[in-house]
Amino acid sequence: MPIDKATVQRISRLARIHIDDNEIEVVAKELNGIIDWVEQLKEVDTDSIEPMTSVVELKLPKRKDMVNDSADRQELLSNSPESEDGFFVVPKVVE
Amino acid sequence: MSKLTELTVADAISGLRKKEFSAVELTEDHINAVKDSQELNAYVVKTFDLARQRSILSDKKISSGEAGLLEGIPIAVKDLFCTKGVHSSACSKVLDGFQPPYESTVTQKLWDSGAVMLGKANMDEFAMGSSNSTSCYGPAINPWTPKETGEQRVPGGSSGGSAVAVAARAALAATGTDTGGSIRQPASFCGVVGLKPTYGRCSRWGIIAFASSLDQAGPITRSVKDAALMLNVMAGFDSKDSTSLDKNVPDYVKDLDQGVKGLRIGVPEEYRIDGMLPEITALWEQGIEWFKNAGGEIKEISLPHTKYALPTYYIIAPAEASSNLARYDGVRFGLRETGDDLIDMYSKSRAKGFGEEVKRRVMIGTYVLSAGYYDAYYLKAQRVRSRIAKDFKDAFNDVDVILTPTAPTGAFAVGEKTDDPISMYLNDVFTVPASLAGLPGISIPSGLSPEGMPLGLQLIGRPFDEVTILSAGRFLETAADFNCLPSDNIGRKKL
Repeated sequence: MPIDKATVQRISRLARIHIDDNEIEVVAKELNGIIDWVEQLKEVDTDSIEPMTSVVELKLPKRKDMVNDSADRQELLSNSPESEDGFFVVPKVVE
Repeated sequence: MSKLTELTVADAISGLRKKEFSAVELTEDHINAVKDSQELNAYVVKTFDLARQRSILSDKKISSGEAGLLEGIPIAVKDLFCTKGVHSSACSKVLDGFQPPYESTVTQKLWDSGAVMLGKANMDEFAMGSSNSTSCYGPAINPWTPKETGEQRVPGGSSGGSAVAVAARAALAATGTDTGGSIRQPASFCGVVGLKPTYGRCSRWGIIAFASSLDQAGPITRSVKDAALMLNVMAGFDSKDSTSLDKNVPDYVKDLDQGVKGLRIGVPEEYRIDGMLPEITALWEQGIEWFKNAGGEIKEISLPHTKYALPTYYIIAPAEASSNLARYDGVRFGLRETGDDLIDMYSKSRAKGFGEEVKRRVMIGTYVLSAGYYDAYYLKAQRVRSRIAKDFKDAFNDVDVILTPTAPTGAFAVGEKTDDPISMYLNDVFTVPASLAGLPGISIPSGLSPEGMPLGLQLIGRPFDEVTILSAGRFLETAADFNCLPSDNIGRKKL
């Protein structure tokens, strides 16, 4: 079992997804099921194969360095759960 | 004259131009069809007022000779596309109520060409699923049901609502997106045409991202010609999407009837999987026969790494998803839960907002990208992906198009396969390989299973050669003569 309870807790922390203590075992079982299944990739010889990072062979296009359409501040804030004076509000992070 | 909701997009365009009916009438009939098919849950938001306004404008434009290519055509838009000022949530609780202040490029192109939006179509949450069962608004229901039992079946997914709307005559066409089969598989399940263009053919800008190296927009329609008409408008370079290609967009309708004489059709041996259903084998053999009889040249080909496509996909797609979905943090948009501190607020908001399958994939993605596992899983999957792409490249030296079944089964019962993630993933066994290679694919409704459910055949083409899969698809559509309505099958009223 590559994914034990401690690993689930670590992934949960990294992914910023809270998992209740009583669910950890179930999650571990599900994740192990998937990881066991993908292990079959180890059979494939990829020694001299480059990883594929893009399916299209293209050079990243560059645009001219000039001002183009931007967004309206009020519009961007309009979907936020909480905003104040033109800013997003988050819980206090610095004492 | 037949009901306006029975028309193809092509016929509706011609009828509007000839003033046989108005855009207002066409839209009104479709609004009624949407209401009548409410129980199928194809739409999660209805935009009838917008549709009515737009159809009045369309009639004016048609009268003044300013009609766009899709002027007055009522369509459904998958909820994954951001539509300005209109609910766009990817059918996730985490984005419930989100109204983007911008419009996706593909939908903007459709509106600029005169299309009329009826509403936003149901889908699997963040496009993660193959049965439309992970939507936070409940499942969409396939308008087709088995002859004997009348049991409710899934429409496939993730673009389930789009396929249902088109099959149930509650839209003339719809937009979908396809990451591993999300256009082609629901099209197969619902007896409609689904086209996934080449990666880079349509702009991804404004489409809520799932797996950025795979996601691609495409049309779901009731005919191949309609798919070509939609692609004519949806395709093209967009400076806002650096992975869209600055490449000429041909007229996809022009060569539809070029036929298949001399066309080299590849049949991959690795797609003859163990335990394949006899009806799927029979349909595939029938397809091969049709091409052969019309002068196509059938060639057995090998795509040796096919069996590794699904596990490769289930590393790469979750990895990209875990990164893309990091933005749902309860700060700028979406659901927020209170927490003890900032990180606790993030964690609780995401735990509440994401459904089980989304959480599972974000967790898997986080794991395969985490320190110590990146090389063993993510980098390994990227290398296998190269081999899968190379298989196709080699095959296309000898053939022009590849013919396979679209899915290993017809539509299954609502609620089935939801307990076992891997059995759900296996739905996409025939669609995922082409996705990993970025190739265009189309599903054509080609027959019925013994219980009376639609089955599709898939055509896969070379990069940016949608022209060939569309003309081969047009041939297949004619040969199969699949004109069944769901109502022929079950006698559902008013469909």
